[in-house]
Amino acid sequence: MTDQIKAEKTEASEKVDGVVVGESRPAIPGMDQEGEKLSPDLATDDTIRARRSANAGSDSQVMHSRAERPWSFDVADFSLPTGREEEWRFSPVKQLQRVFEDVASEDREGDPAAEYTLDVPEGWDAGTLADGQEPRDTVLRPADRAAVVGSANAGPARYVRIPENAERREPVTVRIAGRDAERRSNSHLVIEAGANSHTTVVIEHTGSSLHNGNVETLVREGATLTLISLQRWDEDAVHVGQHDAEVGKDASYKHIAVTLGGRIVRLNSNVRYADEGGSAQMFGLYYADSGQHLEHRSFVDHNAPRNTSNVLYKGALQGEGARTVWVGDVLIQKEAEGTDSYEKNQNLVLTDGARADSVPNLEIETGVIEGAGHASTTGQMDDEHLWYLMARGIPEKQARRLVVRGFLNEIVQQIRVPELEESLMEAFEAELALSDN
Amino acid sequence: MSTLEIKDLHVSVILDDENTKPILKGVNLTINSGEIHAIMGPNGSGKSTLASTVAGHPKYQVDSGEILLDGEDVTAMSVDERARAGLFLAMQYPVEIPGVTMSNFLRSAKTAIDGEAPALRTWTKDVKNAMGELKIDPDFVSRNVNEGFSGGEKKRHEILQLELLRPKFAILDETDSGLDIDALQVVSEGVNRAHQGNEMGVMLITHYTRILRYIKPDFVHVFVDGKVADQGGAELADRLEEEGYVNYLKGAAA
Repeated sequence: MTDQIKAEKTEASEKVDGVVVGESRPAIPGMDQEGEKLSPDLATDDTIRARRSANAGSDSQVMHSRAERPWSFDVADFSLPTGREEEWRFSPVKQLQRVFEDVASEDREGDPAAEYTLDVPEGWDAGTLADGQEPRDTVLRPADRAAVVGSANAGPARYVRIPENAERREPVTVRIAGRDAERRSNSHLVIEAGANSHTTVVIEHTGSSLHNGNVETLVREGATLTLISLQRWDEDAVHVGQHDAEVGKDASYKHIAVTLGGRIVRLNSNVRYADEGGSAQMFGLYYADSGQHLEHRSFVDHNAPRNTSNVLYKGALQGEGARTVWVGDVLIQKEAEGTDSYEKNQNLVLTDGARADSVPNLEIETGVIEGAGHASTTGQMDDEHLWYLMARGIPEKQARRLVVRGFLNEIVQQIRVPELEESLMEAFEAELALSDN
Repeated sequence: MSTLEIKDLHVSVILDDENTKPILKGVNLTINSGEIHAIMGPNGSGKSTLASTVAGHPKYQVDSGEILLDGEDVTAMSVDERARAGLFLAMQYPVEIPGVTMSNFLRSAKTAIDGEAPALRTWTKDVKNAMGELKIDPDFVSRNVNEGFSGGEKKRHEILQLELLRPKFAILDETDSGLDIDALQVVSEGVNRAHQGNEMGVMLITHYTRILRYIKPDFVHVFVDGKVADQGGAELADRLEEEGYVNYLKGAAA
């Protein structure tokens, strides 16, 4: 790391958007609640308290804004989570202690904690970026303890640069195969989609590890990038990660997180914009069995005018103790006029004994927008769907099968890589068979 | 030759776990194969309740009376059994089903109705032809059921299913509402094809007489306050066109 960059980072870690985030910060403003509400009247939970922001105008009632969430490259700025913090309150923090530790990957001679395979077409740049070497660390801002220790201990980041104007139908795949559920692996991936390129990148996680993986994505002007992150871990894996992307002018970014495996998976997927005319789609699909904790958090920061975003996360749960969490934040900043945004989470609870938490948060600082909405449903199958299919003669059992598969398929369809779609639907069939669906 | 008989039918809508509200108060109606019956009436008179009850929507509860298809008790059948017995409801508000493609859905429905999978080659051709006649873009087969369809597109897809599934009796629940004149014509032609090709009986529920210019009814029944207040031939529709329902409503209130 050069001194200059280091200096900038230190500066950044002390104050973010006017809020002190360094060691001296007073009890971290905004850290005790994440559930941003448009009006204090909507606050029904005693953890949600209105406060007057120090940097807001005297007549504006500003609550803990998502924009005030601290971020830092300095591990010391994030103490060990206790589970009482808003962003950790749904997570099994005791079981996550080992991925909070400020330690290097437990690689051994000829035996890395996780093995990486990059299938990159000829003529593309694929290499590594040292700590602080741009574009590394220009987009991803570690926003919690897990992300900051991942960032600090990843070593050289793996870097894929898609050339400008490149068009490619077949996906580029990055394989991360964990070798040991007891060994820590830290990883930082940087993906840069050059201007006007059109590609799909798949990150596939398999095997087992205590994995701390950050992904930093730059979608340059006019580019279209689909980034698919597959969590197909063995059942004893633990995975925490932060995926940050910046969407350029007139660029399109689609992030799809599919989580099937792992004992604990907790992914933060964040998006912001470099300019106008960008589009971000964030999809997620998770299937939790007994004993699994699958947590997905998304944050769309409309920090610039005239961009769109659409967030849809869907989950299925089955078995005693199956646990999922979705927290979706959308922030439409004052300058983000003309924003069009929507977010939705749907959970299908297939058996008793499972628990899904779903928290959509929408924060709007300007009224000059095209649209903003959010929705969340958790429960069983929609009776109107069954009614429609049965009214066409399809027997109830088969109608249920169709509706459940359709529920999952709505996200799988977004992948547009036929072999991958097929392989995932097969995996879901195996899951559904367990609960006789 | 088939017959759909509705005898002194009383139906309530289920509002919640404890409350119901009576809607149909003694409906009598008999439809034979090949006949077209228009059911007309003001909003809230129970027309759509009749349609949904015959098809078996769980929100409606039959309090008394009978629905018989060739003498068989329809109310004892499940929703899918009714469809397989030859009843078809073209819905007023078809739902979107995420992730289930039209092609998968149509094939599943056809297989269920016929009791065997359709021969792949002729089936694909039949679907393509039927879509062409209804001016539906061929790409729609790979889209999800009703997802992102406009109101008119949804109605055309209801008629597509009607043509492919070849029921004995079709109940069209305000299929004409929200259609522009071109779409109305295309949809009406589809109904007429199914009617002629298949000796299908039709219960055509509508608020307006507009669709009756394209689908000629043999009988017209006027529904007021949950029962048939008047009936006659096609000329009754002409009279309603001029006078509206106001005379019947006075009668009901008196």
